[in-house]
Amino acid sequence: MRYSGFRVIREALTGHKGWQPAWRDPAPQASYDYVIIGGGGHGLATAYYLAKEFNQARIAVLEKGYIGGGNVGRNTTIIRSNYLLDGNEPFYEFSMKLWEGLEQDFNFNAMVSQRGVLNLCHTDAQRDAYTRRGNAMRLNGVDAELLDREGVRRIAPFLNFDSARFPIKGGLLQRRGGTVRHDAVAWGYARGADSRGVDIIQNCEVTGMRIENGRILGVETSRGFIGAKKVGCAVAGSSSKVMSHAGMRLPIESHVLQAFVSEGLKPVIPGVITYGAGHFYVSQSDKGGLVFGGDIDGYNSYAQRGNMPVVEDVCEGGMSLMPIIGRARLLRMWGGIMDMSMDGSPIIDKTDVDGLYFNGGWCYGGFKATPASGWAFAHLLATDKPHQTARAYRFDRFRKGLMIDEKGMGAQPNLH
Amino acid sequence: MIINHPLLGPRDSQEFTYLGDASLIDRPDWQAPDAVDQFHDYLYLRDNPAGEHRELWFHEQGDRSWLVVTRNVVTHEILNVELASDVARSRGRSK
Ligand SMILES: Cc1cc2nc3c(=O)[nH]c(=O)nc-3n(C[C@H](O)[C@H](O)[C@H](O)COP(=O)(O)OP(=O)(O)OC[C@H]3O[C@@H](n4cnc5c(N)ncnc54)[C@H](O)[C@@H]3O)c2cc1C
Repeated sequence: MRYSGFRVIREALTGHKGWQPAWRDPAPQASYDYVIIGGGGHGLATAYYLAKEFNQARIAVLEKGYIGGGNVGRNTTIIRSNYLLDGNEPFYEFSMKLWEGLEQDFNFNAMVSQRGVLNLCHTDAQRDAYTRRGNAMRLNGVDAELLDREGVRRIAPFLNFDSARFPIKGGLLQRRGGTVRHDAVAWGYARGADSRGVDIIQNCEVTGMRIENGRILGVETSRGFIGAKKVGCAVAGSSSKVMSHAGMRLPIESHVLQAFVSEGLKPVIPGVITYGAGHFYVSQSDKGGLVFGGDIDGYNSYAQRGNMPVVEDVCEGGMSLMPIIGRARLLRMWGGIMDMSMDGSPIIDKTDVDGLYFNGGWCYGGFKATPASGWAFAHLLATDKPHQTARAYRFDRFRKGLMIDEKGMGAQPNLH
Repeated sequence: MIINHPLLGPRDSQEFTYLGDASLIDRPDWQAPDAVDQFHDYLYLRDNPAGEHRELWFHEQGDRSWLVVTRNVVTHEILNVELASDVARSRGRSK
């Protein structure tokens, strides 16, 4: 069933009796050509593009809980392609271009809103760094504008321009950045994949891998053994756990990141604003809630909930940047488990096991990557060659000294 | 989280800086024939278990000692706290 304005009107006039479930609930088959582990954004997008762009069939997505229950439904919905390094920027721009056509492509309203992402700077050195980053973006054909203080004031007059300690000196603006309704991304890809014959199997946890003579034969699951010619793992914060079934240790630590939403307010925040002097960033959802967050808690965690010190730190950052936030009441907060990699950049690569592929290490920035990650992983699975924008995302970059370290922090996952 | 410091008693985790897996104590021998591989694994690869995790915390806002904290990373419960120097010595290191 295609969704359209006409369809909405017709259903409204006929008592909404014609809507059908957006995807099936199939029982697992004995075997598939492709098994994707993880029904998050990346797993679902991979299945969707495998079927749609690479004309592959007999595909299943195995999800241990329900689709959208992981980070794809827990993030703060920001999309942007404002990276500095060559290994990253073409990939994230590819993703941005896919976002721009996504809703027509999968016929689902994901509320892609290019309302702009503004990174504030507070020192001369920081402005130099943003100038450099903006130039790097433009060299890659991406939009970037450097704003001065008055330029920032025109966009966001409510910020604290009187701070003597952290004066607002300007900011780097990417107007094509913005927000996307995260749940709708999972649902849109799920529906698009399902309608092309992909089996989305929920409540199906992968508990082991059957590997013989260096080749994968399938996966053990809570719903029995499922055979597969190729297996792709895209389980975000659970990456180390799942890949340990293949005897692998990963360049990844799992950490918790928290997010916060205030009560609904009238429109006040024009786009996404990030504080350059503290751990705080904010946008406003279409329902009116201020959606904000800060840094990861900083210690290994699989708890999907954080602790108070970071709550305090984020709220202090908010008060310091925009004191008006002190009048808003916090409505909800939660945490998600990040697959923090050793250089802050992701991995989309083959493994030493024939037929086993890995996608992970997204840190706290993998939502914006969802379309390109799915496309590039589908490309790798179908053709056994890396997609041209994802060639740097290999396991062996650590051994070869080819780290993609945007922040220059070294092998310290909690600092990326 | 409250970390029960072996010398100072219960301290707020905010006084500490986190480094990571306590296996970082076991620095490989740089003269070993396969030192390159060993250092790659030591520096970049982690067990990253979902359960009990032994990890290094530095008491930066306190007595500046390194601790090995055994913590359940699913519940955040702290199970054991030792001085990292004791742990290192018990593994045969001189300091
Ligand atoms: C609070 C927060 C804010 C964030 N903000 C942003 C942001 O503003 N912008 C941005 O770009 N990124 C952001 N991120 C990061 C982004 O959400 C993640 O990088 C991205 O969603 C990870 O990919 P995914 O969607 O596939 O993960 P997930 O949705 O977590 O998917 C992984 C799935 O694998 C399943 N799984 C795990 N183990 C198994 C198993 N054994 N068998 C079967 N299935 C299994 C899980 O249940 C889960 O559904 C944020 C993350 C958090 C937590």
